[in-house]
Amino acid sequence: MMDDLCNRLADNLDDAFGEVVTMLADDVYSGLRQMAGLHEAEDLTQETFIRAYGALRTYERSRIRHLRLRGWIWTIALNLGRNHARDRSRRPTPVALEDRHAVHDPEPPDSAAWNRRLSALSPTLRTAVVLRHVVGLDYADIAEATGRAEGTVKSDVHRALRKLRSIMEEEA
Amino acid sequence: MTIQSRLADLRRHAPRPLSTSVALATGLTPGFAVYEAPFGEVAVSFTPSGIRSVRLTSEVDPLALEAQPPSAWAKAIPRALEEGRPGRLPLDLASLTPFRRSVLAIAATIPKGEVRSYGWLARHIGKPGAARAVGSAMATNPVPLIVPCHRVVRSDGHIGAYSLGGAQNKWVLLRHEGADPDELEELAASGVRFLASRSTGMCCVPSCRNARRITARHLEVFPSESAATNAGYRPCEVCRPFD
Repeated sequence: MMDDLCNRLADNLDDAFGEVVTMLADDVYSGLRQMAGLHEAEDLTQETFIRAYGALRTYERSRIRHLRLRGWIWTIALNLGRNHARDRSRRPTPVALEDRHAVHDPEPPDSAAWNRRLSALSPTLRTAVVLRHVVGLDYADIAEATGRAEGTVKSDVHRALRKLRSIMEEEA
Repeated sequence: MTIQSRLADLRRHAPRPLSTSVALATGLTPGFAVYEAPFGEVAVSFTPSGIRSVRLTSEVDPLALEAQPPSAWAKAIPRALEEGRPGRLPLDLASLTPFRRSVLAIAATIPKGEVRSYGWLARHIGKPGAARAVGSAMATNPVPLIVPCHRVVRSDGHIGAYSLGGAQNKWVLLRHEGADPDELEELAASGVRFLASRSTGMCCVPSCRNARRITARHLEVFPSESAATNAGYRPCEVCRPFD
């Protein structure tokens, strides 16, 4: 499905880009909530897709055809999570601002606890475990997103899970 | 419950306006906002590259979404509409031919309250034979009011047609900015194309601010450029009537 979308993006970026947003917005939003914080996540997710569109416009078609889209979008999102530079004053914004909060999913009761547990991990371990288990990326996509070897990423995820388990045992 | 499945439960749907925000911010979907014009409301549509169109609110692009313009343009848009020139407001005219863009660029220099003809515009872009093509560029001007095609009149001096809601709106706009369309029509109907001043020796188009200062005692009128130059008049440097 992603390969097919990449082909359509290569053929007509403007027509197909909306599908990238539809398909990956939950991924990016869910992951950024656990990495950049609940309040920043919405803005950063939006910014991720805006930058992704800008980047795709500069790519050769063959490069777009061969993208690992799900991992690639995270190269941008992770970068933004580190560096919040934005320029909102140059952009049109939707008019119906009062709707923005009405459609948020309800917070799970243990949301704050998980935020605290994940914050206790090093950024590298947190990124790996969030991308694997909250977002649901496979190891090859995480390797693409983080620029680390697949084997290293796998061990990052295992170490993160071990650490989380011990944090939860301490709580109990 | 395993840690893995509890982590998976942290997945959330992205808030709904996100795809709308992205579509607007990338320019994939134009936004529009409604403004007051002298004859009623108009819808101004925009992308991050600039203003894309000015239309009647009944004719808004069906794909455009109502949006707030980029905040950097919040004041510039009403000012451009009122002044009838873009100023620093960027225009997104990438879809137009270079010829049409150059016609719009010259039309944007016509001062408020004055008018120039299709032939004058054609000469000023260096294509004196292109008056008809200039007329069609004006008729399809995507950004009327901001690029003031209401200040461009027929080569015979008659006020002529207007794309944004019809000729009556052209009259409303010209009156609103201090021009006298009735007088311009009368001059055109009586064959007067140029007004000259015996005291300064200068010849102007009828709506030029210098022409409006000529007193009745010094006024001389001409039906053509050759008649004015044969009588010894020099072209005004403001309206450059013979360029």
